[in-house]
Amino acid sequence: MLLRKVFVAVFLLFSVFGCSAQLLDSKPTISIWHWMTDRDPAFQELAKKYETLTGIKINFELYAPSDVYKQKVRAAAQGVNLPDVFGILGEKSDLASFVKAGHVLDLTANMEANNNSWKNSFFSKALAVNEFGPQNSYGINQGIFGVPVDIMTIQMVYNKKLLAQLGLNPDRPPKTLPEFLDAGAKIQAAGMQGLVSGWGELWMIDCLANNYAFNIMGKDKVLATIKGEVAYTDPDWIRVFAIFKQMKDSGILAQGLVTMINKSAEQLFANEKAVFAFNGSWCVNVYKGMNVNLEYGAMLPPEASERFPMAIWGGAGSSFMVNARSKHKEEAVKFLTWLTDEDQQAYLASATNNLPANRNSLSKIPEKLAQFARGMDYATHPNVWGVSESSLVVDAFGQGIQSIIIGEKTPEQVAAEVQKIKERELARQRAR
Amino acid sequence: MQHALYYKSKKFLTNALIHLFLISVAITCLYPLFWMIISSLKTQDFIFKDISLIPHQFHFENYANVLRENGFGRSFVNSVIYTSFSVFGIVIIASLAGYAFSRLRFPGRIVLFYMFMAAMMIPIPASIVPLYLLLNKLHLRDTPVGYILCMISVGLSVSIFLLKTFFDRIPRELEDAGRIDGCSKIGIWWHVALPLAKPVIAVVVVFNALNVWNEYILALIIFDSRKFMPLQVVLQIFQGEFVTNYPLLMAGLTIAALPIIIVYLLMQKYIIKGITSGAIVG
Amino acid sequence: MKIRDTLENYVFVLPAVVIFSIFYIIPFIWVFQLGLFEWDGISFTKVFVGLANYKEIFFLDHSWWQSIWNAGYITLIALTFQNILAFMLAWACDREIRLKNFYRVIFFIPPVLSEVVVGMVWRFIINDVEGANMINRMLAGAGFPNLMHHWLSDPKTVLTTVAIVHCWKGFGWGFLIFLAGLQTIPHQIYESARVDGANAWQSLKKITFPLMIPVMVLVGILTVLGSMQAFALILGLVGGEFAGHTSVPVLRILAAMRSSSPRFGYACAQGISFGMILVVISFIQYRFSRKGQ
Repeated sequence: MLLRKVFVAVFLLFSVFGCSAQLLDSKPTISIWHWMTDRDPAFQELAKKYETLTGIKINFELYAPSDVYKQKVRAAAQGVNLPDVFGILGEKSDLASFVKAGHVLDLTANMEANNNSWKNSFFSKALAVNEFGPQNSYGINQGIFGVPVDIMTIQMVYNKKLLAQLGLNPDRPPKTLPEFLDAGAKIQAAGMQGLVSGWGELWMIDCLANNYAFNIMGKDKVLATIKGEVAYTDPDWIRVFAIFKQMKDSGILAQGLVTMINKSAEQLFANEKAVFAFNGSWCVNVYKGMNVNLEYGAMLPPEASERFPMAIWGGAGSSFMVNARSKHKEEAVKFLTWLTDEDQQAYLASATNNLPANRNSLSKIPEKLAQFARGMDYATHPNVWGVSESSLVVDAFGQGIQSIIIGEKTPEQVAAEVQKIKERELARQRAR
Repeated sequence: MQHALYYKSKKFLTNALIHLFLISVAITCLYPLFWMIISSLKTQDFIFKDISLIPHQFHFENYANVLRENGFGRSFVNSVIYTSFSVFGIVIIASLAGYAFSRLRFPGRIVLFYMFMAAMMIPIPASIVPLYLLLNKLHLRDTPVGYILCMISVGLSVSIFLLKTFFDRIPRELEDAGRIDGCSKIGIWWHVALPLAKPVIAVVVVFNALNVWNEYILALIIFDSRKFMPLQVVLQIFQGEFVTNYPLLMAGLTIAALPIIIVYLLMQKYIIKGITSGAIVG
Repeated sequence: MKIRDTLENYVFVLPAVVIFSIFYIIPFIWVFQLGLFEWDGISFTKVFVGLANYKEIFFLDHSWWQSIWNAGYITLIALTFQNILAFMLAWACDREIRLKNFYRVIFFIPPVLSEVVVGMVWRFIINDVEGANMINRMLAGAGFPNLMHHWLSDPKTVLTTVAIVHCWKGFGWGFLIFLAGLQTIPHQIYESARVDGANAWQSLKKITFPLMIPVMVLVGILTVLGSMQAFALILGLVGGEFAGHTSVPVLRILAAMRSSSPRFGYACAQGISFGMILVVISFIQYRFSRKGQ
């Protein structure tokens, strides 16, 4: 008897919870999936503002962490269940696949309307990340497929107070690699930690290595290597790998760098335990939260060569795409236009300490951020090169550098290993 | 006289050593808990500067902030519902199946059991996408029922394995007694086997409760609506993309750990002397 | 009559089989057949490559076998260190000692804590740069300064350190199951053995161990399954695969799934291969136990 009652109760509860209520709205609701935890309150504010302005409800849904968000978007894409606006969080080839599968709306017409008014409001490098040029290697028709909502750069920062303690000029951080390496000995002698960064996560190592590759051999040779025309065993590449060995030998790298997660690196720098950090412009917000009195500045990675300019990675930080199958395409595009307008971008920049994607909002950002913004002149990004390196090679590259830093392999060994995997991948591509 | 003294002091020494051993292990277990609670009472800028175990100021408002967080209360209730229903489902379904594999004869019994065991050993990290598509087809995707069914499925293999192994060890005489008394098979299962299996069921409850309570990846992917999200998903909000609000995160994790500890406290007393020793040895 | 009896028996396993077929078998088949394709996880078209993925896993993928080796190492340490510790603690708590309820609760705290907290706290305890480095300080204080080490950043010690933290987090389960098993041995047996003159070690050897063998096998199988699939703790402690030194199979599969070249099929093939390896290991363990009985 009791058992039966339990079963009935269970059944009733199931039926109550099993039905998801559906409300019909007379005005459309735009649903936007995002992963930016830090910006959710700001987004919600803007959504409310837009609703009072136009009567259209904007539903920002947060799904964090970004790893799981990425999977969610892909699962939804498979089930053809994407929301009106979403982000892709991957590499250029991911965007290409999404476009080919018909998930992403082509925004070129909207961007170029009214004499390119929307297009020109952005930093060209921010837009480039979401753009496919003519004759790209991804097989996509030329066009713009995403809207950047902020930009970011990845540079080095230095602690002014600690530099002064070392006897160096706090307003003139090391500009060349030899200067940088010299500081290493002083840092070790003083018992401090030198450079911290999240190099337990491979992509940050790849980033710096790539920066130096651009500096040593120039963009064209790097792209040629990706295309398979130059080998990773080329002397210039060995120079790139050797830089990491030099850094390790000079003592400039912090202890345990290769197992560090970026959040730990940020703590260390914020607590003034490290002199240098390699981090992205989002760090301004992080450091502010951890140590409001931190005196620091931004700098480019110290040059290893004068042949080519130093490069850093920069471009769109986060971008939104419009679902090509959405029932509210036009409304979604209108909202995104409003979101990337000068005022909204300035609001986002001040509320969340991120760099705005809209050029005209730059005047209103705090000084520290402005230092990062100036780096945009040197910025490049894998998503704008038109070619992508195979992920197996990228992994081997990063893990190889980790091995160099812990002294397990030599630059030549790593170069040979990476080249071997590269050749295997090239063979596989040719066979396809 | 000397003998007794030697015996007594030896017993004292062994007991002392045993206690020393237990206490040192206990300290390593308690330290992270203390660290978590103490961190939850600090502020963001102090949390890594000040590594002492006793903070200078106690910021209890962190807990209030966490509880006030949008959706915290509702997601807490959601987690309780998902965990309860999943665990209840698993216990009933797995004990039925475990009992059958152990005590009943039917063709294909061995094959089926090995299949369940194999499932225990072949985890499929990539199975989230097919589950998503499957639930989509069944129109169960953005629903609690769908999620609970997935959770039940995930916990079945290990639970069936545990229960079957346990049922194997119960002497048949006890069931025969039941059968002679005119009990049906279900009756024996309910009145004889289950009560005897209390310790194992307690382990199954704790194991599955922990898994379901801590799950968040599947929930994030198959639920779209905020109102269905479990607690762990909401806790991710404190682990921001760039800025992690550590004190709030620790406060949230502390609150999240409490129900599971309560479940464990309730269940672990069934593991004490759950079996009447007389009935086993007879 | 017989048929009705058999049908009744099927009803017992029906709910399990139904749910299992829908929510496990179907996804499994999906993943299994996907191992024969090359796919990027996004396009609606896949390229059939037959056994090419499996060939690559077994013959060319050095990092995959390193990850299996690493996971095996962690599992070995878990099987020995963790389970011996769990057994000793369970045995100690089975006796009539004070505070055993207290210990029973305390020992289960590590499994209850989320991996986030465990990773953070242990980083704090072990790491010298960013943490309190308590271990090294204790060693120095106890008079062993030359034993100090960079536990997590030295490739030679990192895997063992990770394995020990893994054991710390997991011993609570073994403790629980061993305790449940020990409780089923009625104390009368020990009493009569003591009367017969046996000391503690002998009753352990002759009574406890033999009766506990099925439980030990159970814990062994569960330990292997849990340890081979460990990965979240590694992410929390060292941030990644540390040049391959802390690679484990699940991390390799996730890396393949995450990449944007068409490696999703490869990831599925890795998952299936991994499962097969686990099945073989576990069945060997299980058959071993059957023989022992």
